Amino acid sequence: MNAIFNKKYIPLFATAVVLIILYSIASVLYEGFFSILVITNIFYDNAYLGVIAIGMTFIILTGGIDLSVGSVFAFATILIASMIEKGYSAPMVILLAVVLGLIFGIFQGLLIHLFDMPPFLVTLGGMFFARGAAFMISMESIGISNKFYDWVLDDLMLRINDQVYLPASTLFFFGTIIVALYVAHLTKFGRCIYAIGGSEDSALLMGLPVGIVKVLVYGIGGMCSALGGVLYTFFTGSGNPSNGVGLELDVIASVVIGGTLLTGGSGYIVGTVMGVLIYGTIQCALMFDGRLNSWWLRIAIGVLLLLFILMQRILSKNSEPEV
Amino acid sequence: MRLVDKVLTNRLSWPIIGLILLFAFNGIYGEGFFHIEVMNGYLYGTIIDIINQGSKVMLLAIGMTLVIATGGIDLSVGSIMAVAGSIGALLVNESPDLSFGLVIIIALIATTIIGLINGVLVSYIGLQPFVATLIMMVTARGIALLITNGFIYTFEHEEFVFLGNGHFLMLPFTLTIVLIMALITLFITRKTAVGVFIESVGDNERASRFAGISTRKVKLMVYGFSGFCAGIAGLVATSNIKAADTIKLGEAMELDAIFAVVVGGTSLTGGKFSIIGSIIGAFLIQTLTTTMYFLGVPPEITTVPKAIVIILVCLMQSEKFRKKVVSVVKRSNA
Repeated sequence: MNAIFNKKYIPLFATAVVLIILYSIASVLYEGFFSILVITNIFYDNAYLGVIAIGMTFIILTGGIDLSVGSVFAFATILIASMIEKGYSAPMVILLAVVLGLIFGIFQGLLIHLFDMPPFLVTLGGMFFARGAAFMISMESIGISNKFYDWVLDDLMLRINDQVYLPASTLFFFGTIIVALYVAHLTKFGRCIYAIGGSEDSALLMGLPVGIVKVLVYGIGGMCSALGGVLYTFFTGSGNPSNGVGLELDVIASVVIGGTLLTGGSGYIVGTVMGVLIYGTIQCALMFDGRLNSWWLRIAIGVLLLLFILMQRILSKNSEPEV
Repeated sequence: MRLVDKVLTNRLSWPIIGLILLFAFNGIYGEGFFHIEVMNGYLYGTIIDIINQGSKVMLLAIGMTLVIATGGIDLSVGSIMAVAGSIGALLVNESPDLSFGLVIIIALIATTIIGLINGVLVSYIGLQPFVATLIMMVTARGIALLITNGFIYTFEHEEFVFLGNGHFLMLPFTLTIVLIMALITLFITRKTAVGVFIESVGDNERASRFAGISTRKVKLMVYGFSGFCAGIAGLVATSNIKAADTIKLGEAMELDAIFAVVVGGTSLTGGKFSIIGSIIGAFLIQTLTTTMYFLGVPPEITTVPKAIVIILVCLMQSEKFRKKVVSVVKRSNA
């Protein structure tokens, strides 16, 4: 009993309860919402968001933040689309985009760690830098028509039965979840991330490689954003420099609604996945409804994010001394 | 040597040096950059245009300076501009009987309330400033889109058009607005205790509280004021193009405003601030933007050099960076 009702799992429980309640309400309100098709669709539609959110979870666990995710994501999509248009091989281009995302993230991490600059400021700079760089490649959306893309979209999937199948994006999302779970909970690197988020000074005194881990975490964040961009090019069949404006809030919201503390040190990959599913459920319900403006999604996410942060404040008040 | 030291340590000298360099560049490469002529009794020219266009950033920077001086940040200013613009454009379209003064008051009350909500989230609930204002950045734009329902309202309302396009004493009326706002802010922060309160909160919040300053109220007020300034900037921007484009209005303006404040010598860690520095910084960024337009750089790409400059300025403000540079210089001297 104690293990289940451990205080550190309360945010995770809250997330699960919210997800179940939201999905149940939507199932009652909208006919056909409660179906395996809708569920697989939610996973498919938000695979890119999920991958980016997992990268962000690592960053927030160290007590940092990355505001550049939306722009790096857009940069990856337009880089891939424009280079495929010029005739380069698709897998190479995808690899290039992911490596560039990794390097960009590591560079941001270096600035943050070496010079003690606030993460939000460095990544805010990165956000505008990458957005401008995306527009430098092309001012407009570029379509992708490529054999590799056709092959992935048509053949690379897991058929469950006649109607239900899991496309490559969904499978990739699942793969990312498994890798992230392994890294976060079963490696030294993962323990070190939690330690830094708990108290950076203590982690340093314990002899943990704080600097390397902090820089790498931003690298992972940049790489995940680029990977999200890759998934999105498969999703839309195009690249667009104005993709993902405001995506950073959706990602941060998914992570925080998933129970990860913005102050770092506490949170779970599983929570983030549930956070993404909550986001997906609200989005899907708005689509089912059809009457509501899509901007309600942003407002709903903003309010939900606020509520969860408030809940975290109240929960952590008892253990934290008043500043 | 002493004079050089004095110039280099003065916070205002950096933006002024930057401005002189940009002017020199434009004087050499930009044809007719300094040309000013009188047409129909008004002054026209590139520099006048920079002042007119830069007025929005200047207004935002005035509010942002105080927020940054308390150690905070306001990322929502661009979206708050959109709210002000959409309320203004909606009211002059849907209820033409309303006096324009009332329209302005309603729009500014709304944006001040949004700013105050930021303030409550930061000071009373204790959210990190960038988180609270990031939420507001997205939510406020959603609100603006709901107000206009996605339409782009255009208008020919005489007084509203005058706000951003009119002239006063041969100069753009927007300059008058900026001057009035700057003078009021300077008076409040330099002739009353408010300025000291703000600086002390930014320097050391805890010590300020023990000294009896109501730190929460100070923070609440600066965010409210930032919302108010963003509201005026939004109305001016809407008037400039005689339409409220809720998606584009104020987009990436928070970057320009932060740029202006940081370049103007106010440290992002809070404490001492300079309103005049921020206004010079705003003038600098608008000159930079206009220069890039002259060079044929599309507006979307101008964020790249701006982002680089902001990061460089912040690097120079970073203690660790300074120490590293000093140690490298010493090593090479030895």
